Amino acid sequence: MPTSNGDVLMDTGAFDVLVIGAGPAGLAAATSAARGGASVALLDAAMRPGGQYWRHRDGDDGRGHHDWDAFKRLRGELERERAAGRIAHLVDHAVWHLERTPGADGFTAHIVHAGADREVTGRTVVIATGAYDRQLPFPGWTLPGVFTAGGVQALLKGQGVVAGRRVVVAGTGPFLLPVAVGLAEAGAEVASLVEANNPLGMATHPLAALRNLDKLAEAAGYLRALRHHLILYRTRHAVVAAHGTDAVDAVTVARLDADWRVVPGSLERIACDAVAVGYGFTPQIELADDLGCAAALDADGSLVVTVDAVQRTSVDGAFAAGETCGVGGAALAVAEGALAGLHAAAAVAGTRPDRTAVTRLERERARRRVFAAVMPRVWPVRSGWRSWLADDTLVCRCEEVPVSAVRGAVTGLGALDARGAKLFSRAGMGLCQGRVCGYATAHLAAAAAGRLATADDIASTVKRPIAWPITLGALAAGPIPDDRATPSATVPAREESTA
Amino acid sequence: MTTTTQTADVLVIGAGIVGASVAYHAVRAGLRVAVVDRGGPAAGTSSACEGNILVSDKEPGAELELAMLSRRLWDRIADDLGSRAFEFDAKEGVVVATSEAEASALRAFAAKQRAAGIEVADVDPAGLRELEPNLSRDVAGGAHYPQDAQVQPMLATAHLLARARGLGASVHLGTTVTGFTKTSDGRVTGVATASPTLPTLSARWVVNAAGTWAGEVAALADAPIPILPRRGFLLVTEPLPKAIVHKVYTADYVANVASSDADLQTSVVVEGTPSGTVLIGASRERVGFERTFSAAVIRRLAAQVVELFPFLADVSLMRTYLGFRPYCPDHLPVIGEDPRASGLIHAAGHEGAGIGLSAATGHLIAQLAAGIPTDLDLGPFRPDRFDVVSA
Amino acid sequence: MSAPERPPITFAFDGREMTAEAGQTIAAALLATGVRSWRTTRVEGRPRGLFCGIGICFDCLVTVNGEASRRACLTEVQPGDRVETQEGAGRADLER
Repeated sequence: MPTSNGDVLMDTGAFDVLVIGAGPAGLAAATSAARGGASVALLDAAMRPGGQYWRHRDGDDGRGHHDWDAFKRLRGELERERAAGRIAHLVDHAVWHLERTPGADGFTAHIVHAGADREVTGRTVVIATGAYDRQLPFPGWTLPGVFTAGGVQALLKGQGVVAGRRVVVAGTGPFLLPVAVGLAEAGAEVASLVEANNPLGMATHPLAALRNLDKLAEAAGYLRALRHHLILYRTRHAVVAAHGTDAVDAVTVARLDADWRVVPGSLERIACDAVAVGYGFTPQIELADDLGCAAALDADGSLVVTVDAVQRTSVDGAFAAGETCGVGGAALAVAEGALAGLHAAAAVAGTRPDRTAVTRLERERARRRVFAAVMPRVWPVRSGWRSWLADDTLVCRCEEVPVSAVRGAVTGLGALDARGAKLFSRAGMGLCQGRVCGYATAHLAAAAAGRLATADDIASTVKRPIAWPITLGALAAGPIPDDRATPSATVPAREESTA
Repeated sequence: MTTTTQTADVLVIGAGIVGASVAYHAVRAGLRVAVVDRGGPAAGTSSACEGNILVSDKEPGAELELAMLSRRLWDRIADDLGSRAFEFDAKEGVVVATSEAEASALRAFAAKQRAAGIEVADVDPAGLRELEPNLSRDVAGGAHYPQDAQVQPMLATAHLLARARGLGASVHLGTTVTGFTKTSDGRVTGVATASPTLPTLSARWVVNAAGTWAGEVAALADAPIPILPRRGFLLVTEPLPKAIVHKVYTADYVANVASSDADLQTSVVVEGTPSGTVLIGASRERVGFERTFSAAVIRRLAAQVVELFPFLADVSLMRTYLGFRPYCPDHLPVIGEDPRASGLIHAAGHEGAGIGLSAATGHLIAQLAAGIPTDLDLGPFRPDRFDVVSA
Repeated sequence: MSAPERPPITFAFDGREMTAEAGQTIAAALLATGVRSWRTTRVEGRPRGLFCGIGICFDCLVTVNGEASRRACLTEVQPGDRVETQEGAGRADLER
C-alpha cells in the first residue's frame, strides 16, 4: 500500500534502524544512521517532517519559523537518503505499541496507518517521540478558547490560523516568547505575556548563558519584539482563572509569591477571547516504557528516559534522543539524534562511528545540555499552583474529574499514590490516558497523602501500552506482516524547496 | 521512636476485595479488626479485573452455593454503602452459544443450574436480539441469567474498607508482612511487618487474603497452599453510549475456566460501564507473573468480540491492562482455618470469581472468627485438601 | 517567490456552509471563522473545542460524515465534508 509520499511497503525483512518521530531528533537520527550505512525506517504520525518545533504548511519558506536553515538542511538530507533508498519515510504511521520482537533480536513497532494495523521491525530503534505542553489546571481552564501554548503555535505555524483576536499568553518557560511574538506578528492583539517566574534569573547562570549566546540573542530579540508590539510582559504573575459562559471572555491574572501562591489584592481582570498557556513540557516516553527502559525524574519534575553517552537506553539496541531524554530544545535534540543514529548504525554494522563527527556532536550536546540543565532553575514549577484550585476545578478534562475527587481518593478512600488516585477518581482514565492531567494528578495525590510526588507516582501516569487509538476491527484483521518499505525513487519529494 | 503491637480479634492480610469484605463483615459482627497490606486498597488483582458478580458460570456444587449466597450478600452491601458508590448494577447476564452444539450443551448446563436454584431462561436467537440488539445475528441461542451483576471493583474494595474503618477497623496500608508470630506449639498469634513503627500485629485470628500472593504468605506461615497466577488481559474501548445492555459472554467461557491448560485460552466476556467504556476479556494463561504486553492476545480478544458485536469493529481500543487471577489446581478457592497452623485462616484462590465470591467469603470468615456455625459447609474449600508437602 | 496555492474548499458545519483552505484541519477552519467549540462533554454537557492542537488531549472530538470522535486538529477538511457538533461520545445510533 503506497504511503502518501510515495514510500512503499514491499518485501519482508527488518530494517537496521527504526526511528520513531520525525522532529528535530528523529530527522537527525534517521539521516545520520543512513549516512552511516544503515537501512532506516522513519516512522511519523504526521504527514510532514519537522515534529512540533518545525511544524509548517506546504510551501512555507521559513518566515515566522525558527532555525529554518537547520530544518532545510535536515530535510534535504532526508530527501537525498530517501532517493538513495536508505530511508523509508513512512508518514501517517503512528506507533501504538513498541516491543522487542518475540523470539528474535530487534524490535517490532505496531502501527496504525490509514486505519489499518501494521508492523515494522528493526534491529535497533531510536525513540524520538518528543514532548507536549505541561499543563496546570486552574478554574475555567476547560472553557473553549483556552489553549495550550503549543496548540496556539501549531495553529499558527501549521495552519496559518491565529487563535483569537485578543490573546493572553501565560505560563512559564522560554517557549512563551515565540508564541506571543508569533501571534503579534500575525496580527493578533496580545494583551499580555504572563510569566510565572522571573527569567532574569538567567543572569545567575552566566556560564550557561555564555555557552549559548545564540539563545541570549534570541531572547533579546523576542523582548524587543514584545516592546515593539506593545505586549505587556508581566513576570511573577499567572493566569489563575478563566471566565466566560460557553467560551473564555476574560482571565484573572495575579501576582505570585515565591511559592506561587496568589499575593492578596493583586488580582486583575483582562478581557480576551483566547488564552495560550503552558508550563514547560512533558516528554512523551510511553514507547520507551513499553520496552521497559529505565527512566528517572529529571530536574524539571518530568520522567525522562535514562541514556548513556551514546544515547543508548537500558535496553540493548534501543536508543533515545531529544526531549524524551530531557527537555532541552531543538538544537540539543538534533545533536542527540545525530549521535543516536550514528551509534545505532554502527551497532548494527559492528563498526565504530566516525570519531570526528562524534566529537563534534558531543561538544554540541554538552553545550546545549548546560542550557537545558539551567532551564528548570530559571523556569521551575512551584507547588503554590495547587492553591489556585477550587474544589470543583476539573483536573481530568476527559472524564470531568474535579480536584475534590482526586483528593478524596486519597483522604477518603485510602489511595496511597497517583495510581490509586486514578483508580478511585477516574482521573487519567479517559481518551488522553493521563497525558494532560498526569502531572497535576500525581502532585495533588501526593500532596493529599502528605508527601511529595515520587518517580513512581509520575511513572504510573506515563504507562500507556496503547499509545494511539486503533479500532478493534483493525486489530481483528491483524497486521500486514513485517514489510520492508523502500522509497520510491521516481516520486519527487513533496515539498522540495525551490531555494 | 515508639513502636506498638496492635491486638485484634481478626487481622486481615490483604486489602483487596476479599480482605476488604472480611474486614467489613468481621467488624459488623462485632469483632476488633485490623487490616494490613503492602500497598493501597485494591493494589493487586482487584484493580485488574472486570468487576463480575456471576452466578451464571457456576456448576452446581460448592462454588454455586457460595456464589448464590454471595449474590444475596452483595445486595445487602449495595443497600448499606449505596449502589452508586461503587457502580453496583444488577444488569443481568446473557450467555451466547455460537453453534448448535454449544447451544445444546448450554441448555443442558442451564437445566442443571435451574435445578440447583439459579434463575435461568433459555433464549432463542430472536430473543437474544431483543436482549442485546447490537449482537451479531450469527448466533445459535443462549441463556438469560437475571441474577448476574457488575461493580466497579476498585471502588467496591475502597468503600468496603472505608466502611470497616469507619466502624472501628484499623487499616495499615503500605505495610509489608514479613513473617508470622507463633506460640511454641505452633499456634499463629500474629504477624511481623517491615514497618519500624508497627513491627508486630497480634490477633486471635490471622486471615490470609493476599490474593495471587496468598501462596507466598502461606509459605511464611509454613502452611503452604498452591495458588498460582493465571494471567488475563482486558481491553477497554473509547467511551460509547450504552450499546451493550447486559454482561455478555460466550458459552465456551465455562469450559475455559475449568480447563487446567497452561496455554492461552480465550473466550468473549464483554460488558459496558457507566462511563461508557466497554470492557472486553477474557484470556487465561499460566505464564507466571509475566507482565509483558502481548499483541497476539490483544488481537485475538479483538477478533473474537467483533464477531459477537460487529459494531465494535469501528470502535477504538483506548487502553489495555492485565491481571493475575489467583488460581488453585481444582478451581475452587481456599476458605477456612488451616489445620496445620491453628489461628490461621485462608481466604484466597478465587481465580476469576473473586469479586463475586468476596461477599460470601467475608461473611463466612466473620462467622468462623466469631465462633458461630457458618452458613455454608466449608469442607470443599478446606486448605489442606491439596497434595502439598509442608516445607 | 509566489505565495503557495491554497484554494478554498467548502464544507458544512451543523448545516451551515463554511470555507476552508485546502490542507487546513477542521479545527483550524472552524477557529478561523470564530467557532470555538464543536462538542459537549459526556457528563456535564459542557462545550469543548481545541485545546492541545497536536492530537494528544482528545478534547477536539467532532463527528465527520457520520463518523464520531474524529480529532478535529488532525483531520484535514475534504470538500463536501459534513461536520457536526458531537454530543458526548456521539454514536447515538448505538444507544440501547
